[in-house]
Amino acid sequence: MSAYLISMATYVGFFMILAIALNLQWGMTGMVNFGIAGFYALGAYSSGLLTVKAGWPVGFAMPAAAVVGIAAGALVALLSIRLREDFLAIVTLGFGELIRLIALNEDEITEGPRGLKIDARPFADMFDRTTYPIVYLAMVLAVVALAFFIAERIRRSPMGRSLRAIREDDVVAEVLGKNVLRHRVQVFAIGAGFMGAAGALYAHYVQNISPEVFMPMVAIFIWMSVIVGGAGNNWGLLLGAGIVMAILEGSRFMGDFIDFLDAEKLSAIRVILIGVLLIIILRVRPRGLMPEPRFRYGRSPGGGSSTADAQS
Amino acid sequence: MAEAARVQAPSAQSRDATIVLQAEGLERSFGGVRAVDSMGFTLREGSITGLIGPNGAGKSTVFNLVTGVIKPQAGTVRLFGEDISRLPTYERARRGMIRTFQLSREFGGLTVLENLMLSPQQQLGEKLVPLFSAQRRVHEAEQAVYARALEVMEISRLGDLRDEYASNLSGGQKKLLELARTLMIDCSVILLDEPGAGVNPALMTTLREMILELNKDHGKTFLIVEHDMDLIAALCDPVIVMTEGRHLLEAGFDEIRKDKRVIEAYLGGAHDG
Repeated sequence: MSAYLISMATYVGFFMILAIALNLQWGMTGMVNFGIAGFYALGAYSSGLLTVKAGWPVGFAMPAAAVVGIAAGALVALLSIRLREDFLAIVTLGFGELIRLIALNEDEITEGPRGLKIDARPFADMFDRTTYPIVYLAMVLAVVALAFFIAERIRRSPMGRSLRAIREDDVVAEVLGKNVLRHRVQVFAIGAGFMGAAGALYAHYVQNISPEVFMPMVAIFIWMSVIVGGAGNNWGLLLGAGIVMAILEGSRFMGDFIDFLDAEKLSAIRVILIGVLLIIILRVRPRGLMPEPRFRYGRSPGGGSSTADAQS
Repeated sequence: MAEAARVQAPSAQSRDATIVLQAEGLERSFGGVRAVDSMGFTLREGSITGLIGPNGAGKSTVFNLVTGVIKPQAGTVRLFGEDISRLPTYERARRGMIRTFQLSREFGGLTVLENLMLSPQQQLGEKLVPLFSAQRRVHEAEQAVYARALEVMEISRLGDLRDEYASNLSGGQKKLLELARTLMIDCSVILLDEPGAGVNPALMTTLREMILELNKDHGKTFLIVEHDMDLIAALCDPVIVMTEGRHLLEAGFDEIRKDKRVIEAYLGGAHDG
């Protein structure tokens, strides 16, 4: 059971990294991304293929996956510069499917539906089989912390303020002299880099990746996490990712208590539960469980701190 | 051709120095409608120039063309003699030209204070690398911006609303905030699109005082589109009249008020006054 909890916590970690990335892109900057699964898959396959086919050490392959994510994110953002929100939604959705279909059909490289078997694991020979999952969880949480630190530093800075201004009205931001394009490309690339890193962590954790894992549904779960937690609030989405994963996994056990539910009905019910949760949250707390905090700058007259002292 | 030669001629340099903004031959159609048709004008340094004309004359479109929000089909725009026609909007802003919008476009999800602190251009903390490598300098720059924002809130009397979301302000307060935002910026030309629309008389006085103070004490040049003729009469000289996308005439307000063509333009054939 505790092995199960550790595994679940590791998955929550993947969700958290993806949610931090989406919050950066959408929650803070207003850039819609429905292609999360694509960037996630790109990271997973980059790191997997670099170790399996190119023989790279895992310590290089995993950071490389983040770099591939950054490059892909910058490219997608640049290609859709002239596109407004709804078009960006379609472009990213298309990108996600594109990556998945390449992984599925280029089976000479990716092994397609057979799945890519990945033996390499970071620090695997330093720990025994029972402690290794904890070590891996610690690694995932370290990446969560790093992503959180970067996203939070940006959010509280003048850059974060510009990003929120772009989210509110990009034309006025531009009229005030903000380089909207540069901000958008940067933020989208950073977010995509996080997603790539999450993919790499996932790949070397499960050690067998196949295209069907990276269905657009992944994006929906991450969107849920951010919306439920509170768009624009990095703490909120950590909570949101936990809740969404708890429902996804927790509903597994309903079968133990309710006998007439078979596996098929259960998997449908899990999705229904998530949907119901979203509706309730949006009715009761439209801005999420932890809404974006209002920024208050140093109140104390005569100096003191004037950095953003965000509190709800 | 002749224009370029004139700007370069040394004898003309001194004369041109007083022209901050110059537009020539601006054209823009929407569908079959010629919104702006070979429109040109000049702004002299330190002036408050009015831009009036009946609804649909193309005044707001001129603002959009000059600031690059909409691309013209023909024509050039010069700021301090530099051809800025091909520059993106934010580059034009960085060269010292800021505008407001006819319908206030505040950043609703940001507080009043944030709307102000956002406005200074090219802040160090807006760049990704210094954010992680030079946090102390970012912090110092932020302190300076904060101090400036406090001053501007004093001038614009928005201090009581500092932590209020801008979306919660009244129409007049939003107009004030938009003007206050331009005060945060080191700019030389300010284009105001109907600053008086929907502003109650008390706020209107504040607004008028702010514009005059910016002009007299800080030397800012203004171009103001406005339907409130009292505001135009009180602030603007000269006044440019536009009709059907064209420059009709430019003169002092008293002269314009008596001009037959202007009266005709406003009344048109419709006689709806």
